[in-house]
Amino acid sequence: MTRQEPNGTLGFVMLCHTALHRAADTARHWAERGCPIVIHIDKRVSKWSVEKLQADLADLDNVRFSERFACEWGTWGIVAATQAAAEVLLQDFPSVRHVYLASGSCLPLRPVRELIAYLDERPRTDFIESVTTEEVGWTIGGLNMERFTLRFPFSWRTQRWLFDRYVKLQRRLGFRRSIPNGIVPHLGSQWWCLTRQTLTAILQGPERALYDRYFRRVWIPDESYFQTLVRQVSSNVESRSLTLSKFDFQGKPHIFYDDHLQLLRRSDCFVARKIWPNANKLYATFLSDDAEGQAGGEPNPGKIDRLFSKAVERRVKGRPGLYMQSRFPNEHWENGRTAAPYSVFQGFSDVFENFEGWLGKVTGTRVHGHLFAPDRVEFAGGEAVFNGALSDSAALRDYNTKSFLANLIWATRGERQCFQFGPGDNQELNWFMALDSNAQISVISGAWAVPLFKSNLNFADIRREAARLQKIELEHLSILRNGASKARIRIWNLAEFIENPMEPLQTIVDEISPRSLRRLTEAPRMTDLEGFGQFLQNLRNQGMQPVLMGDFPATSDLRPSEARRGRPYLVK
Amino acid sequence: MLARAIASRHDLIARRDRTSAIGKGAILGFSTVRNEAVRLPWFLDHHRRLGVSHFLIVDNGSDDGTTELLADQPDVSLWVTSSSYKASRFGMDWLTWLLMRHGHGHWCLTVDADELLIYPYWDSRDLRALTEWLDRQDRPMFGAMMLDIYPKGPVADHPYHAGEDPLAVLPWFDPSGYGIRVQQPMGNLWIQGGPRARMFFASEPRRAPTLNKVPLVKWHWRYAYVNSTHSLLPPRLNRIYDVDGAEAPSGLLLHTKFLQTVVDRARTEKARGEHFSNSAQYDRYYDALTENPNLWCPASRRLTTWRALESLGLMSRGGWI
Repeated sequence: MTRQEPNGTLGFVMLCHTALHRAADTARHWAERGCPIVIHIDKRVSKWSVEKLQADLADLDNVRFSERFACEWGTWGIVAATQAAAEVLLQDFPSVRHVYLASGSCLPLRPVRELIAYLDERPRTDFIESVTTEEVGWTIGGLNMERFTLRFPFSWRTQRWLFDRYVKLQRRLGFRRSIPNGIVPHLGSQWWCLTRQTLTAILQGPERALYDRYFRRVWIPDESYFQTLVRQVSSNVESRSLTLSKFDFQGKPHIFYDDHLQLLRRSDCFVARKIWPNANKLYATFLSDDAEGQAGGEPNPGKIDRLFSKAVERRVKGRPGLYMQSRFPNEHWENGRTAAPYSVFQGFSDVFENFEGWLGKVTGTRVHGHLFAPDRVEFAGGEAVFNGALSDSAALRDYNTKSFLANLIWATRGERQCFQFGPGDNQELNWFMALDSNAQISVISGAWAVPLFKSNLNFADIRREAARLQKIELEHLSILRNGASKARIRIWNLAEFIENPMEPLQTIVDEISPRSLRRLTEAPRMTDLEGFGQFLQNLRNQGMQPVLMGDFPATSDLRPSEARRGRPYLVK
Repeated sequence: MLARAIASRHDLIARRDRTSAIGKGAILGFSTVRNEAVRLPWFLDHHRRLGVSHFLIVDNGSDDGTTELLADQPDVSLWVTSSSYKASRFGMDWLTWLLMRHGHGHWCLTVDADELLIYPYWDSRDLRALTEWLDRQDRPMFGAMMLDIYPKGPVADHPYHAGEDPLAVLPWFDPSGYGIRVQQPMGNLWIQGGPRARMFFASEPRRAPTLNKVPLVKWHWRYAYVNSTHSLLPPRLNRIYDVDGAEAPSGLLLHTKFLQTVVDRARTEKARGEHFSNSAQYDRYYDALTENPNLWCPASRRLTTWRALESLGLMSRGGWI
């Protein structure tokens, strides 16, 4: 024998089409707590399942079943089913003051007596989301007002091609249905809670036949029939749904699973849909009477909105700079080629002694050697395997340079990476980096000549190598100077740089660590360039024209102003 | 390809055909195995817990008790064959036949015995939830990259017994370093990397093992896997990735290759010469494996939760909340 409360002021209409055993549990929960229920079962459900559900609930005398309609999505059947079930509820249970429209996959999140108390305090209020077509931003298929002015004889789900064509045709012909009595179409969630007065005014209104005939041909009438007509008969509309219901980026309803338990509790909503039928924990928790002792304030679905908008954003825009098995953006569609800002230094380690150590100290970043060096990847500290388990094998890196750089920047998010680069390195990514707004590329052009100048090679070999490197750097510079580049690019020639190195260094360092805006007090030690002018002259004499270094007099040496070469200088 | 598969059915001898027990909408598991008695108990349990309700397995000449173990499982249909693994496209002809015959209309998970499927929320939502969601997204397939997992220290020094959780023995993985490119003509991504690329293929990266897979597919009899489960026909099923910056859903196949058995196994596999592609190229790789290597490095990460794997960008919930 089931314990059952006497019937109260709240009744439910339940629209069911799948997972009927869960619908039965929920219906029983409400019915036993004094809420009469009228259940509509989709006409397409098998006879066996219907009889099973009816048998399961046979012991409850405040449960009824209403006339069955086929409820294809977006069609009139759902409204017809709602009307018929609501009529049974209003007629058979005179105590009912509020009718709550729910589905078989709804689940109460708070004890039903809290919902009853909430409604008792607002006995005249109709809870139904009802907004004009201009105010909604969430409709499927891009149709707002046209839902009401065009005809939709074809199914959107199964006859999409015909559906779209017919809409286009009507637009071209300028076809418009007229809206009866000049009513203003409103849209909103299908799940409402209306008072007996309002609902009977709609269902027993003198113009019902006219409105039904009209809405029968409106697209998705379950989101507009009651939402529109309620405005004709009620002066006390709260335009919101008491049912928590979320939609994904395609407009399909989100399903709640066991791991959403805390989230659902936090929402303080009375009812949620859709619930995954196998969510045993949710059903066990929320259909037990132990679900007490929570705060129980005003329903606040907004509390959990952030999670949903974040998920939609990840689905639609993805994580910038991430390349992985299910995100591999085409070029220019990346929404960020790399995950974080990084700095590329060309020529600096040729001009300064221990530039890497100095830069790491000044900026607090990770400073690598030549990551794209021909023989191996020069990770900071000479590591063989770096963060993310990246190998220092040049062959692995060269096999997929783009993945290498993208992986490095992704795997070190939160710690800025700086590395040295030069014309002796793998040049495959020159375009990639130039077009990357995360890249800060600083070039001292012609600085590659300094190591040659200091080397112990035969001059013929030096000349050949200088010609090769110059050609490569020229090509690189033409990429960097291309109007399409998005990186922060700065280029100095060697002569102008060494004449005044502090200003460029200060600019770069400020950009890397903007929060620690302070004057550089210690500069890196500049390498000894005595005789470099003569070296360039020798190259010229041998028929190689160095063009990237700027103006070096052959005889007297350039040196930084206000400081003597070879000693660190201070800037006040 | 389908003709080959149909022809290959003569290779298969049914040892236990329980396929009549397959219900409508059941999620099916497909696998070819050889001497996997150590891995199979956990493998079966793991995928059972995820909601695979029937396994269709081809046993290719096991002699370690695998056949008997599988024949005793109430939810396994078992076929045996002694034909060549290599000549049957590494077992794919056999599986394609079984998929065609029994998989049509079902979500089918095709995995090796050393692969454990995980995906976002796998600890709280089973495959019924995942596949129902994929159905509603009109996505008939789900990609899962292989993630090599390994112990800290020489691989053979970590004992493992049948039925134990392999993740407890192999708790480490490479968090990044996976190289990706689009591979034509199928349009699938070609992913290589991880500890095997880092340790054994650093000088010949092209030969590094392929890691991308599409193991879970709502099967149609006309579909066919082309190259292991790395790619399949028709090509649209390989589009498990988005190209406009968006993140599609994906999971991981935790690859338990590096249990202690790998060392002995490498010896026999090399002798058997039945492996992928150009077998001679694999000789050096097998030699390295027989030397009981240590795959661990300071940058290795420890397996914790799926959320950690997702935040590393190895898989994605792709809009599933």
